[in-house]
Amino acid sequence: MSFLLNNIVELTVTGLVLGAVYGLVALGYTLVYGVLQLINFAHSEVWMYGSFAAVWVTVALGVAPGGPVLTAIGVLLLALLAAMTVSGGIALLLERVAYRRLLRLEAPKLVALISAIGASFFLAELMGLRDRVVDFFGLRDALDPFVRSARDNTRFLNPLETQGLFSIGRYTVSNVDVIIIVGAILMMVGLDQFIRRTRTGRGIRAVAQDSEAAALMGVNRDRVIRATFLVGGVMAGAAALLYLMRFGVTRWDAGFLLGVKAFTAAVLGGIGNVRGALLGGFVLGLAENYGSALVGSQWRDVVAFLLLVVILLFRPTGLLGESLGRARA
Amino acid sequence: MRFLVKTGAPLLAAALALTACGGTTGGEDEGSGGGAAAEAGTCEDVAIGFFGALTGAAANLGINIRNGVQLAVDQHNEANADCQVTLEEYDSAGDPNQATGLATQAIGDDTVLGVVGPAFSGESNSAGPIFAEGGLPTITASATNPALAENDWDTFHRILGNDASQGPAASSYISEVLQSASVFVVDDASEYGAGLAEIVAQDLGDVVVGTDTIQTGQTDFSATITAIRDSGAEAVFFGGYYAEAGLLVQQMRGAGVQATFVVADGVKDPGFIEAAGDAAEGTIITCPCLPPEEQQEFFTAFEDAFGTAPATYSAEAYDAANVFLEGILEGNTDRESLLTWVNEYEGDGITKPIKFDETGEVADISVWAYKVEGGEIVADQEVEVG
Amino acid sequence: MTDKTTPAGATAARKPAAAQKRRGWDRGALGRRLGALPTPVKVLLMALLVLLLYALPLLDLPILSTPDTDFGAVLFTVASYVLVALGLNVVLGYAGLLDLGYVGFYAVGAYTVAVLGSFQAQLSWWMLIPLAVIITTISGVLLGAPTLRVRGDYLAIVTLGFGEIIRLTALNSAWLGEARGITKIPRPPSLELFEIPNLSWDGFTAFVDLDNTTKFLVFGVADQAPYYWLALTLIFLVLGADRMLRLSRIGRAWEATREDEDAAELMGVPTFRFKLLAFATGAFIGGLSGALFASRQGFINPISFPLLLSILFLAAVVVGGAGNRWGVILGAAVVAYLPERFRGFEEWRLLVFGLALLLLANFRPQGLLPPRRTRRVQAVEEELDALEEGTARA
Repeated sequence: MSFLLNNIVELTVTGLVLGAVYGLVALGYTLVYGVLQLINFAHSEVWMYGSFAAVWVTVALGVAPGGPVLTAIGVLLLALLAAMTVSGGIALLLERVAYRRLLRLEAPKLVALISAIGASFFLAELMGLRDRVVDFFGLRDALDPFVRSARDNTRFLNPLETQGLFSIGRYTVSNVDVIIIVGAILMMVGLDQFIRRTRTGRGIRAVAQDSEAAALMGVNRDRVIRATFLVGGVMAGAAALLYLMRFGVTRWDAGFLLGVKAFTAAVLGGIGNVRGALLGGFVLGLAENYGSALVGSQWRDVVAFLLLVVILLFRPTGLLGESLGRARA
Repeated sequence: MRFLVKTGAPLLAAALALTACGGTTGGEDEGSGGGAAAEAGTCEDVAIGFFGALTGAAANLGINIRNGVQLAVDQHNEANADCQVTLEEYDSAGDPNQATGLATQAIGDDTVLGVVGPAFSGESNSAGPIFAEGGLPTITASATNPALAENDWDTFHRILGNDASQGPAASSYISEVLQSASVFVVDDASEYGAGLAEIVAQDLGDVVVGTDTIQTGQTDFSATITAIRDSGAEAVFFGGYYAEAGLLVQQMRGAGVQATFVVADGVKDPGFIEAAGDAAEGTIITCPCLPPEEQQEFFTAFEDAFGTAPATYSAEAYDAANVFLEGILEGNTDRESLLTWVNEYEGDGITKPIKFDETGEVADISVWAYKVEGGEIVADQEVEVG
Repeated sequence: MTDKTTPAGATAARKPAAAQKRRGWDRGALGRRLGALPTPVKVLLMALLVLLLYALPLLDLPILSTPDTDFGAVLFTVASYVLVALGLNVVLGYAGLLDLGYVGFYAVGAYTVAVLGSFQAQLSWWMLIPLAVIITTISGVLLGAPTLRVRGDYLAIVTLGFGEIIRLTALNSAWLGEARGITKIPRPPSLELFEIPNLSWDGFTAFVDLDNTTKFLVFGVADQAPYYWLALTLIFLVLGADRMLRLSRIGRAWEATREDEDAAELMGVPTFRFKLLAFATGAFIGGLSGALFASRQGFINPISFPLLLSILFLAAVVVGGAGNRWGVILGAAVVAYLPERFRGFEEWRLLVFGLALLLLANFRPQGLLPPRRTRRVQAVEEELDALEEGTARA
């Protein structure tokens, strides 16, 4: 207990950083759930492909850490753009291949879940077998720096060096900490405004509330669904870059655990609720860190899941409730 | 590169022939399994197996081992046109349940004379009794749980030091060479990591200022790092594999923790450097294996065949496969005689001198400490276990 | 939000059904023909089928058999998946509760046998199985009582958490063996009665292999057939119980709860109690399968119970056709058998398996064998659609 209190600042900041990543990935789950009442199981792979896109941009540019700050920012922006594009693209592809047919057929939600699980296996394994794929096409020599050891961790060469900015108590908050937390909050606010104010956002809310009525009022349901997947994918791409800046490596199967955590965060905050996703992420990140400090890291996931159960017992629709589908002024 | 292999292969063949000669003189009086044994130097329809994960989360380790075996088999086949050995792969995905069926399959396939594996202790526990029943000799190149050798499976062999031999070496390095006054011990809750960390923590005694357990697959270690920083430890011992080790040391350095990072053979892998980058510098890796200077030929051949440097357990797997292959070349083409061959084997592998004691443990284990310098894993010194 | 997890989907897949009608494929034809046969013939056919199922590991039929791993072991795995799928079918197919942590029950059953049979106590096998089942059922009630009040997909994540908590507890508790796992789990008691020779095949010609025999009934290390027989027998028992439950008042209550919980409550069905009962029944069967798994394996560790397994169980039920017991049996067989049969794909097999799931879900959304009720609903809906179109035109 005294350990927790002595290090409360460090545990809080690192917990918030982790929570910010959870929150951004959770946005994808929450949006799709809000609109379609579907658990988009393959969203973790959307994130994973984004993370590889960011890595490959730095490999292609031959980035070395510790260059001038302006170059570093330029590279990071390029990596962000690549991650967002690839993640958005994979999300759209997923909608097309794994969901559209089933949605047209009005198939049971569970079948869509299985379809997504299949897609998730396929995408993850494809990344894990990229060495084999590249060998198959005889492109090993050309693409070797992008392939590396396909089943192992791949490192992201962060062009921006970690630097301490200011100290609170014994902990020095770094530039990366600030970028991640502020970045996540900005993205979330932007998304919230997008959903509240734009035409597409209104469409998303309308379909979430009552898809048939929305269709009758002239909302193009298919377009709205595509937009939802795209937005969720783009957020996952942003999350991928922020994750890499903090944790530095990615792997073909890194998405699965993160996806489970992010989905937990979405439920914690109130699934379908955009603000809830980020709040849920922060709460989960903090709970994991505080829990680890109190009872040891091996119990962190147990603490996280127990917290989820307790919160759902007292607030059955999550911290902020379900809101995407609810009427709002 | 091609040139090297072409010139390297006959050299290796010569080396094999030499050891083979040594084998015959020593093995003349055995004669028991001789009934089915073929003429030395020729064989037909024989195979050795690889048993471990080629898919799933532990596939990276499994592929390292498979590649080591593959290289040995390829070199053998190139050198011995009259004795072609095939490699049977048993992909258990590291899952003890799948291991049961695969082991049963392996003992049912009469052409399979020996198996390199099972890769992990968990699947060894499932498959071990089945191999013992089928009389199929196994040499594991990676499962390090000491209890495996205490099971009365007469087919079990292990070509590397178990946790009980590595643990004391790591703790002796920490207390004698580093002379750290305070050590923080972390493990990854895996059978290998937890077993090792437990022994190290016990050996170090009062010097241990804190312990924590992470989970395999975990990527955020901030709480653990806070605990390390809070304890003010001079050294951190991590029991686990290179994937988590790379992330942990990288995040440690990122958070400004400068304690010496000490790990064991599960981290002796290019993947560690790949994941950790500069943060890996100065890491101490203990390993019950000889320094790689003596393995130069193996290194080149491996890189040429697979495009990557040999990784964790590749060299051990290569040695294990060669024990079988030499035996087969000697005419031990049934399981019984090959098992006798393995039990009585004495020779120099590239990782260590190989000789198995009656429980199947490799008899002579010298533990070396390696250090990460300039992005390479280089030999530091041999560790005396006092 | 109402409970949208209706598995078999009242509104499922109109188009394929219509397409089938166009092609003139009458799926009931075979069933009607079989039904028209005289009773003794039916009984004989059933008996032959059952005999064939029992004989499978001995016959080792080409094409059906798995070339790269032991067929008996695969059959056992398939049988244990079938048991689990039957249990999950009660929870998901009958009561409509999405459970993503079903592996938790499987693990509780297995660990009960391992801990009380080898690690902490040495009870006899005959004691262990009932104990495992009872403890798993209790754990099901303990988990269900607080969480079943949570509706729909929230239950999914709570149960997922439960499965992980069980695994992590086993991994991190010295009392449960940690990562090292538990060895020397008692096997079922053996009876050595007689030997049965196995068949061996050369291409498509069969030989009776007198050297390769299965001892009836010895639960040994290498021969997997007796374990498969035991599992198969349990499946038949569970199937019988399943049929009785389904046709009883309880089965109807589950169906009502699944279709519309509020309406069911209004009609006087105590939905919570019935959901809890479904959960406990599912846990019972899951625990039984886990206990069987542990005593076949002789060794368990936490690696045997990953989250992924819950997802495979779920896939088995949905792919087969949730709500139809024959469907989920088929689904379980597909999910457990295909990856083992097609080991020839080597490193690609999980990729291919993912693709297969994707295709199955998209082109057979109602499941391989949809429940009869779904088919009835489909027919009614088509009729309604036709009527609507008719009035619109008129």
